Parts: sequence; structure tokens; C-alpha cells
Amino acid sequence: MNHQSAETFDANARTALADTQLRGALRNLASTIGERRKVALTTVDDWEGLRERARAIKDETLAHLDKYLEAFADNAERAGAQIHWAHDAGEACAIVLRLLRERNATHVVKSKSMATEEIHLNTALEAEGLTPVETDLGEWIIQLAKETPSHIVVPAIHKSKKQIAELFAEKLGIEPTDDVAVLTGVARRILRQRFAEAQVGISGVNFGVAETGTILILENEGNVRLTTSLPKTHIAVMGIEKVIPCFTDLDVFLKLLPRSGTGQSLTAYQSLITGTKRRPEDEGPEEVHIVLMENGRTRMLSHPVTRQSLACIRCGACLNACPVYQQIGGHAYGSVYPGPIGAVITPQLIGLGKTAQLPYASSLCGACREVCPVKIDIPQLLLHLRAEVVEGTANGTAQKLPVKRKIVERLAFSLYAFAWSSPRLYEWGTRIARVLQRPAVRDGRIGKVSTLVAKLMPPLGAWTTWRDARPIAPRSFREQWREQHTRDNRGV
Amino acid sequence: MRVSLFITCLVDQLWPAVGMSAVEVLRRVGCEVVFDERQTCCGQPAFNTGYRSEARRLAQRFIEIFEETESDAIVSPSGSCTAMVHHFHELFPDDKGWRRRAEAVADRTHEFSSFLGNTLGVEDVGAHFRGRVTWHDACHGLRDLNLHSEPRRLIRNVRGAEFVELPNADSCCGFGGTFSVKYPEISVAILDSKIEAIDKAGVRAVISGDASCLMQIGGRLTRQKSAVRAMHLAELLAAHEE
Repeated sequence: MNHQSAETFDANARTALADTQLRGALRNLASTIGERRKVALTTVDDWEGLRERARAIKDETLAHLDKYLEAFADNAERAGAQIHWAHDAGEACAIVLRLLRERNATHVVKSKSMATEEIHLNTALEAEGLTPVETDLGEWIIQLAKETPSHIVVPAIHKSKKQIAELFAEKLGIEPTDDVAVLTGVARRILRQRFAEAQVGISGVNFGVAETGTILILENEGNVRLTTSLPKTHIAVMGIEKVIPCFTDLDVFLKLLPRSGTGQSLTAYQSLITGTKRRPEDEGPEEVHIVLMENGRTRMLSHPVTRQSLACIRCGACLNACPVYQQIGGHAYGSVYPGPIGAVITPQLIGLGKTAQLPYASSLCGACREVCPVKIDIPQLLLHLRAEVVEGTANGTAQKLPVKRKIVERLAFSLYAFAWSSPRLYEWGTRIARVLQRPAVRDGRIGKVSTLVAKLMPPLGAWTTWRDARPIAPRSFREQWREQHTRDNRGV
Repeated sequence: MRVSLFITCLVDQLWPAVGMSAVEVLRRVGCEVVFDERQTCCGQPAFNTGYRSEARRLAQRFIEIFEETESDAIVSPSGSCTAMVHHFHELFPDDKGWRRRAEAVADRTHEFSSFLGNTLGVEDVGAHFRGRVTWHDACHGLRDLNLHSEPRRLIRNVRGAEFVELPNADSCCGFGGTFSVKYPEISVAILDSKIEAIDKAGVRAVISGDASCLMQIGGRLTRQKSAVRAMHLAELLAAHEE
């Protein structure tokens, strides 16, 4: 149902707009998380200062990523973790699969992680008969429904309580109920068993501290704590951009991330994991594996504009603030990362060939930039990618993209740039249009145009289907100005 | 103060009354207004759709024309077109000369309400308008130019007008340039949240600083046979209903 492709974004969006249940669920998003976030911001003294510091830390890290990654890997290994380097999604999945096989794993639990979504780890493991059980409640619901997350932080935001009740009744054979306490109780009971029998736990990483080799994972349900401490083996999949230089830098990000993501001052749990357990009586896994994944990130790093994409801490605030996301939800984007940040990351991860619509899926209102805790200029990135779509280049290379731009649009913009470079052509062009529009103008406006006109001028058709258009005025400003001035000069 | 008007192609061709109103208000507060008829468009539609070389061509032209115009300030009745001028330098990443010229022109270019409020320090232009009005923050004015209190202060000082805030004054109207026709259904879905709030506000007019947003909002209002009028700030400030 929701395995849509980014190639059909326009159609996906229309389907989403017609889905009243979905739009009802999305209406709560801005009013709940969005409002909570605003309140949470007031509990820190200098939000702007924090954002500046966070971005400065990210910029410093990205400028010397090689150095910090090496330090992170060395220090993590010193603490007993094993580091694995993966170039791409395939390699990362293969590493995880090998680790599972070597340990004869039959039961695997997993906590919520965008990195593992990005590489489609579950699909890769399922193909080998090893399905990890998702333990985040939202992710578990999504897994039961055989769907994909529609939000970075709240993956099941598109589902109503009623739908979840029906899903539980169908898949788990329980009595249908919309009592949330009963539903979560059922989930808890089943998931506890999964934790107890799991040999391996798979997680993502929010931050990796270079100075100490520590990884930090934030959560609210306690499932990350169990995933990373109960099974004998813990595998963490981490994008290389997750590294930060110092332990004290966490102070900044711990203030920013929960407030931006869920509107909390702090999440219920923060798991700081530095290697394996030291003494037999300690809690925690005997083995910790960290898979450091590149997967297209060095390409983002190579350009001064696209580099900021790697500063993202996956808080989801830009999704909640985005007027487009608020209307259509996450699945319409047809990509792992939806919303504004998805529209800039996805084309960079998998190329513009299949994702050329995504950078255009924005009104460029800038609400995303305003809420971003690390000050990513998402509109700037969208414009950068739009230029790449038009110019057929990617990341500064001369690589031709299989992007079919409408020839008409290209022609229109060439003609516009040519004609509007001459005041005379500009004025005469608009005067001709003024005459041509006459049959369509009624009461000073253009209503819904005929099918024929809409076919000849698709933008006018698209506009007037729902909105009246403003016709070209009988006398332009410059004509009125001219008239006034000749009159003034005549001394009238 | 001598002001060179950057009228914008949209106002010039589709909403000249906004331009005439701006001239009237600027004169009323003591400015000498000049208008260079060579100007056409700043290139924003091309820039925002990814057509950088087309945008560059129009930007260079704009810079040349306004360099030659002798004035203390360039003033425009549009937040997004003013913001475009402020973005011109991005079109010349490898050309220091043009970048400097772009920045110099941008430094002199002001949005209408910002020019009145911040440059001239004018809060009351002596306008009269009867009825309740509300304000829509056009995104570029709000987020690129940080305009928030400037237009509100001017509106509050209009005699006879009662100002009410929309709960979603700062959210997008869904216009977004070519976005409005590339994804018209999404654009209108976003717009309808705005329209709903305007309906509830019980106003005579919704005021904004960008003709583009006003076309989007106004086009939906008239389609729905609403009596609420979409009005540019310049028109409100030029009004003298006693």
C-alpha cells in the first residue's frame, strides 16, 4: 500500500490528499509535536546560541571527518568494540548478515534506526530467513502491517488508533479494543519475550564520540536499552556523519535533539555505550560491533553547499514544520527519508534520476530552515538540487542524468530570459497577452479555463482549476507612471 | 530621500494599483520617487525553478540598471523579489566582481514595509480604512528578511482599522512560485488551511506584502465567493476612507 516510488511523487501526493484518515492523523502532528516543541524551546536560555554551537561542532567535524572517524574507531576498539567499515548499503547489510551467521543467530531484536532503514537491512536479512523483530512500538506496528515508516521520529504517525486496534486484532488474535493501555500492554508482553530469546540486538546511533569511542542512543520506551544490553551481541549501524569530537559536545546536542524531535527536555532514556562490558558481573553485551557506513556521504561532503546535509541529526522537526509534509505525510515522497530533509538527502543518496521531483516538492517557505536545530539551509539545498536537475549535473561533476525535463518548460524559461531582457519585448509581449486573454476575463478575473486552453497552457489550467487568476491589467504600472509624468511635465 | 522603485513584473503587469499605492505612500512620507522603465523582472521564477543561467542573465541586467539609477534606496513592494535581489550573489560563485556588484545593489534594496519602518522610522502614514483586517506573513519577507513587527505596526496605526492576528499568520499560503502549478493540489490543500483561518477571523480584508501570495489567497477567496478582499499593504496604507 505504501511502497511508493519517488518517481511518482505527484500521483502519490494526490492519493495522500484524498485519504481523509491520513490527513486527520497528520493534523495532530503540527498541533501536538509542533506545539510541544515551541514550549520546550522556552526551557533553555539561548536557543539560537545552542544552534550556532551545534552547527559549529558539526562543521568542524565534517571539515576533518577522516581524523575524527579514525579517533572514534581507535577509541571504540580500545574499549572493546569491533569496527567494520562499509562503503555502501550492500556492504553494510553483508557485514551484519555475516556477523549474525557467525554467531548462529536465530532470534534478533532491533531498535529504531534510520541508518538501517536507509540500507533496507530488514529486507536483506529477511531474504536470508533472519527477520529482526522491531522493538520500538511504532516500528513494530509498521512491521506488523508490512509497511514502511512515514516519519523519521514517529514512524507510525500515519496510522490512527482505530487502525492499530484492527491490526492487532488481525495479526495477534486479540479482542478488538481501542484502549491504548491494553494495546501497549499486549505489545510489551510480546516484545519482552523477544528480548529474552534474542542472541543479537541491532541498533542505530545518534552520536559517536571520537574522544572516547562512545555511542549515544536516545529513546523513550526502554527498548533501545534492552536491545543493546540484553543480547550477548550488539551491532550498531552508524553513518559516518554521526561522529562528534568531544564528550562535552553531547551537552549541546542533548539539549537540541529531544526538544526538536519530540518537544521533550530530555528523552526518557539515554544509552551511552563505550565498548563491551568490563567485568563478568557487569550488565551489557559481550561483543559490540559498530558498522561505520559511508553510503554516498563523501559525495555530499565534497561540495560546500551539499556538505551541510551531513549536519542533520535526524530530529524530524523539519517534517513537522513543513506545510507540504503536513498535507501529504511521509509515504508520498517514496523514499526512506521523507519531508524537507528527505527531499534533499534522498536525491544525493540515490541520484536524481528517479528522484527529480523531490527537490520541487516544496514551496520554499523556509519553515524547515527556521526549526532546524543545526541550521541546515534546506531551501538553499533544494535550489541547488533543482539547478542540478535542470543542468543535468550532479555534485559538480559533468555526469549526465537521465532526467527528462519537459522541453516546453526549458523553452519557456529561455524565451522568458531572452524577451524580458528587453523592455520593449517585455512590454509588447505582455500587451499581446492582454489582448489574447480577453475572452477568458470576466468581472476582472479569469475563472476556470476550458479544457482546450488548459491543454495549450498547462500552468493556467493548473492554476484556475481551484483558484481564479488575476488577468494582465488593462493599463500596466509603467503605462500609468508614464501618463502621470507626461501630465506632470506638462504642468497639469 | 530619493527612492528608486523596483516595481516587480507581477505588480507592473497584474496589480498596478499596488505600485501606484506604493508611490503615493512613499511621496506622502516625503520621498522623491523615480522609476527606471528599463526594469522588467529580477529572475526569481527562473532561479527558483533551477534555471540558473537564465536567472543570471536577468540578475546582471537588473544590477546594471540599478547601478546607474541615482537614488538613496531601491524599494520594492515585494518580500520575495527583494529577497531574490539579496540572493543575487549566489548566482556568481566564481566571479568576485559580479558578486561584489550584486552585494552592493542588495545593500540598497529594501522591502516596502522595512523601508518605511526601519529606514525612515515611519510608523503612521496617516491612512484611513474602515473595518477589521488581518495580516499574512509572506514567507520570504518573514524568513529571509526577518520582517514581522514592521508591517503590523503600520497596520495598527491605520485609523478605523481593527487588526486581528491569524493563528497561522506565519504559515505558508502554498504559492511557492512554479510549485503552485507543478503541484496545484498540494498548493491548494496548504492554501485552504489559510483560507479557513481567514474565514474564521471575520475580516474585511487580508493584508500581505507580496502580490504573489495575495493572488493565491485572493484567487481562492473569489472562487469561493468570499467577501474578504486580498489587499497589499501599500493599498491599505494609501487608503483614505473617512
